[in-house]
Amino acid sequence: MSQAIQASQPLGRYQLSQLDFLEAEAIFIMREVAAEFERPVLLFSGGKDSVVMLRLAEKAFWPGAIPFPVMHVDTGHNFPEVMEFRDRRVAEAGVRLVVASVQEQIDAGKVTEPTGRWASRNRLQTSALLEAIEDNGFDAAFGGARRDEEKARAKERIFSFRDEFGQWDPKNQRPELWGTFNTRIDRGEHIRVFPLSNWTELDIWGYIGRERLDLPSIYFTHRRRVFERDGILLADNPHIVRDDDEELFEATVRYRTVGDMTCTGAVRSTADGLDEIMAEIAATRITERGQTRADDRSSEAAMEDRKREGYF
Amino acid sequence: MSTDILRFATAGSVDDGKSTLIGRLLYDSKSIFEDQLDAVERTSRTRGEEQTNLALLTDGLRAEREQGITIDVAYRYFATPRRTFIIADTPGHIQYTRNMVTGASTSDLAIILVDARKGLQEQSRRHAFLATLLQVPHLVLAVNKMDLVDYDQQRFEEIKQEFSAFATKLDVTDLTFIPLSALHGDNVVDRSLNMPWYDGPSLLHHLENVHIASDRNLIDVRFPVQYVIRPHKADDPELHDYRGYAGQVAGGVLKPGDEVTHLPSGLDTRIAKILTADGEVEEAFSPMSVTLLLEDDIDISRGDMICRPNNKPAVTQDVDAMICWMAESRRLTPRSKLIIKHTTRTAKAVVRDLFYRLDVNTLHRDEDATELALNEIGRVSLRGTQPLFADEYKRNRMTGGFILIDEGTNTTVAAGMIVQAG
Repeated sequence: MSQAIQASQPLGRYQLSQLDFLEAEAIFIMREVAAEFERPVLLFSGGKDSVVMLRLAEKAFWPGAIPFPVMHVDTGHNFPEVMEFRDRRVAEAGVRLVVASVQEQIDAGKVTEPTGRWASRNRLQTSALLEAIEDNGFDAAFGGARRDEEKARAKERIFSFRDEFGQWDPKNQRPELWGTFNTRIDRGEHIRVFPLSNWTELDIWGYIGRERLDLPSIYFTHRRRVFERDGILLADNPHIVRDDDEELFEATVRYRTVGDMTCTGAVRSTADGLDEIMAEIAATRITERGQTRADDRSSEAAMEDRKREGYF
Repeated sequence: MSTDILRFATAGSVDDGKSTLIGRLLYDSKSIFEDQLDAVERTSRTRGEEQTNLALLTDGLRAEREQGITIDVAYRYFATPRRTFIIADTPGHIQYTRNMVTGASTSDLAIILVDARKGLQEQSRRHAFLATLLQVPHLVLAVNKMDLVDYDQQRFEEIKQEFSAFATKLDVTDLTFIPLSALHGDNVVDRSLNMPWYDGPSLLHHLENVHIASDRNLIDVRFPVQYVIRPHKADDPELHDYRGYAGQVAGGVLKPGDEVTHLPSGLDTRIAKILTADGEVEEAFSPMSVTLLLEDDIDISRGDMICRPNNKPAVTQDVDAMICWMAESRRLTPRSKLIIKHTTRTAKAVVRDLFYRLDVNTLHRDEDATELALNEIGRVSLRGTQPLFADEYKRNRMTGGFILIDEGTNTTVAAGMIVQAG
């Protein structure tokens, strides 16, 4: 991977660079959805992938407005820096924000708050997401998932059919040929659409650099009080129960992914600029999810199982 | 990041070493991460396997790991300084022909693995045929497990000759033979010292250097209109009359000032501007996503086509096509009514005739066939309720390929490649 950020020979006249190719594909996908669905929505967490998605949406419909709202599935355990960024970026893009709240679901008694050492609201996102899709009548939901993230995601289609319960059936996926996407669904069903399927983590950073995209501050180095659990550095936060032997200490860290505070870990880093971050990622020997997501470790098929239930 | 992308599919029989080869390419290009390797080693040990099973890296689904086979296409990514690569990792079993077709549809190159001891198998022939049917421009026959035949040149030459003879029956444009050992890394990334008689490139060297820029059609201008952008911002009078036709270039090179024809109306106009959100561009070619502004006000909507006045696709309701049937619960029979999606156009269609079913192993044409079942391939004629703007698939994969959808279940039931339009 380390070689990918080095410059190579100039491209021929009618060749697109890697980022131009990926951008063209993603824009095509977004326009296809806007043309064929009645009520699409773009899932927006404020993380780096959704930042790229929002930029692609701006580009796809420019100089018109983005013809769909964005939706945040809010666990109530998000980093405050990310929430601040979310609101600022959404206002700037001039899109409507729909919030699917896990807290509201808990308050209404629709789901039960997990307890104990491994308590995380991550899994509860599925229920909030599916209810919001149903309540708003969304028939297509863009997600920022990439196939390079995880082995179950490597099997994901770009247009991924979900039944009326929001379920993914990996053994019964629609074959996807050329760029010809089957967008037909019945009422109550929906499609998850992944325009970033063919992007890698490094492509995302390269694009953020090229487009000079703004990011939540936690992606860059900062001092934070953390504790270590299973080799993952978790942020000190009121939503997690620490064991007696899990001591807090201050460290110089940044985040590689943005998610729920209870299961998203920080990495030790002094990188405060895009070039430094890209150099770090190019040199790392550990995947972003493996390094920073506790929820993927619960079983070998953790992601597949969550996706089957309707997780994004 | 000014590298380009090569997409390739891997194919071959179940035990020909496909997963090992992919594992080797990923490993040697440092695209396997420690935590992924740890997980695979852990699982291999738990199962009591002696060696680390690299297939576990590529088989992502629970069912695949249980059965030890690849069920569905997975996509993998790796990069070298010269190129980045997208691998469509497709299954070898005959019952997954549709997945091979899916993987091949977007590929620039296909690698067909053959076990040097066993020589050509049914699957080798079938996959070579499918790759050429899908018009994958470059084919590599990788003769694997050369270590098990003592790196014998004679054995390699035999397989090469046998495959060359078979390939004369196929529409192959570029064919390369590489003897290798995926397990030991001979001729995968570096040239092998064990085969001094072989003077060709290593597999990776070939993947990095194969010339793909001219594979796209840069001659026939094809711009399927995907989406009409009409901003209507109350506070911006400049945008009041803005009418942009957004889409992905499917062929040819478009330039501002070019004379173009709109289909189906047949009206001629000129390209005023080619726009992206980053500004005007001087030319657009496949697969760029752009927005066209035209000089004249013509009623244009999604599903229409923009081309050149003296170079138009066929405008026809009737096409002859090769079909790969992909449905489990339904068969294709004459008079079947389906939905066709071709470029950005969707219409109803009826199967008028099934000319023959093709045996993908022998290439025998069964003209008495009355239906196509799952994973079967045949030639049909279709009639649409609306005209399509169609090219032969051979000339343009984007305007020559289509899918068929079952109206009742909404599932994709077939891939089609136009042989003759009109």
